Amino acid sequence: MSDLVVRAEGLRKRFGKTQALDGVDLAMRRGTVLGVLGPNGAGKTTAVRVLATLLRPDEGSAEVAGIDVLKEPARVRRRIGLTGQYASVDEDLTGTQNLVLIGQLLDLTTRDAKKRAAELLEWFDLTEAAGRMAKTYSGGMRRRLDLAASLVGHPEVIFLDEPTTGLDPAKREDMWGVVRTQVTQGSSVLLTTQYLEEADALADEIVVINHGKVIAHDTPDGLKRRVGGLTLSVRPADPAKVPETLRVLDAVAAPGTNASAETAAGARPGAVSVPVTSDLALDEAVPALRRAGVEVVDFGLHLPSLDEVFHALTEGAPETQKENELV
Amino acid sequence: MTTLDVPTRGFTGDIDRPRGGALAALVRHSVALARRSLIKTIRTPEALIDVTVQPVIFLLLFTYLFGGAIGAGDRGAYLQFLLPGLLAQSLALGGIALGQNLNADIEKGVFDRFRSLPVARSAPLVGAVSADVVRYLTVCVFMLGFGTLMGFRVETGFVPAVAAVALSIGFGLCFCWISVWVGMLVRTPGAVQGVMFLLIFPLSFGSNVFVQTNTLPGWLQAFVHVNPITPLVSTIRGLLVGGPVAHNLTITLAWMAGLLVVFVPLALRAYARRA
Repeated sequence: MSDLVVRAEGLRKRFGKTQALDGVDLAMRRGTVLGVLGPNGAGKTTAVRVLATLLRPDEGSAEVAGIDVLKEPARVRRRIGLTGQYASVDEDLTGTQNLVLIGQLLDLTTRDAKKRAAELLEWFDLTEAAGRMAKTYSGGMRRRLDLAASLVGHPEVIFLDEPTTGLDPAKREDMWGVVRTQVTQGSSVLLTTQYLEEADALADEIVVINHGKVIAHDTPDGLKRRVGGLTLSVRPADPAKVPETLRVLDAVAAPGTNASAETAAGARPGAVSVPVTSDLALDEAVPALRRAGVEVVDFGLHLPSLDEVFHALTEGAPETQKENELV
Repeated sequence: MTTLDVPTRGFTGDIDRPRGGALAALVRHSVALARRSLIKTIRTPEALIDVTVQPVIFLLLFTYLFGGAIGAGDRGAYLQFLLPGLLAQSLALGGIALGQNLNADIEKGVFDRFRSLPVARSAPLVGAVSADVVRYLTVCVFMLGFGTLMGFRVETGFVPAVAAVALSIGFGLCFCWISVWVGMLVRTPGAVQGVMFLLIFPLSFGSNVFVQTNTLPGWLQAFVHVNPITPLVSTIRGLLVGGPVAHNLTITLAWMAGLLVVFVPLALRAYARRA
């Protein structure tokens, strides 16, 4: 059996004047999480809808769980779970009724469907709310019910389209836990997200999509390495020593760069950072700082954040972006 | 959250074969989805206004406000004439909500989930239409019940009256496929209502629902005679207050079959295309 549980080649889909997918290739290995990352309107949702048999592409082919999505959609549907971008639970049904209905549509007997519903409700901490209409649920509870609904059939492949959009950080981490558990239980998860942090935390591999095209496919670390080198960050104990620190670190900077005080939002005040070519810079920096009499309280070597990666990768196409806005 | 055991497949037997075969699966899935629609109907009784209060308002309005004028002073006789006609109009109007609900469900993404499940394409629509039986039965019960309070009397007998109710529900189930189709085509629930009003009001007013056809100018009589509401109203009148039935019943059944043949495939195709 193929190691690839999702494979798509040359997917194209056009809606009116918008080329939503412009030759997308995807590959996801069994038992892993693939993060599909991209800005709004990049084509993430369209790609998921094609793979989940909701939409026929104009061109290209796709296989999910080794089955051709276009030729045998019914067989694919027995092996996937889908949670859409907007919580699509039925508001007038209770939590239990929502899940039992899905179970019945998956050909479980009513008894098995009820058993599975109870099991999932318990797992998602919804047992107390099981008999209440979903319209009384909070946003986080709806998301959990929605996710539970996609797990009723023990799917081999789970598609999650922006599963944490609109959730607060604590709820988001709960969701991440659910995704990780599914993977340890043998499912493969393809998730789209706008949050770089989320892709970094969950995904084994990341595909970056922009304007309907895949512009990168790599591991999170690989992506970061591809875009930029390492950053050395140092915080002197005495803030007055910042100029001194800058001078010392300039000596170990990668060619063509300088050390700078961290002033950007999210930076650590009073710290100095410098791009370096390799971790060998540590060997030079540490004794040099000693000699200059700079006492250090924080010292680190970092890969660039996915935010930086993303901007570096998508910056290339400002022209196309403008054209799209005019349409 | 506690950890689940390693999942066991819920399915027994061949995962790729629906339990009991394709037809049994379509029936089972449609029943499950009809049950969903019924639960929603019960939870939101205010959504039944169009099949309860609204027909009764029409009945009161036309009997007491216009009835004296139209019926030459004999309101009782006019009520006997009007009620079977208003029943037909209420059935046609009663189907609008279905198209609106389906339109809203699609917009909310509820149907995306159904479409990602191994159910027949037609099951969500067939299920929703089946559940509408309850609404059409409600129309009949309210019209006949309230009409009786106002003085309406069934002049035929129990069996013809039951036949009238059965025919009414059957017609409602066929006519509502137009609403389902429109619901798949337009963007908002409000637009479904707009389009359907545009269709139904000419049909219900340009018929024998409110006035005798022979009072109309010739060109309008021509329209009344080709209008599917006319034979339906004549049949229901025959079954409730007496008169010949066979000819108009045949025409009505032919119209019902025609509605299904045309609008079920149109609705299913529009549903499949709406992505």
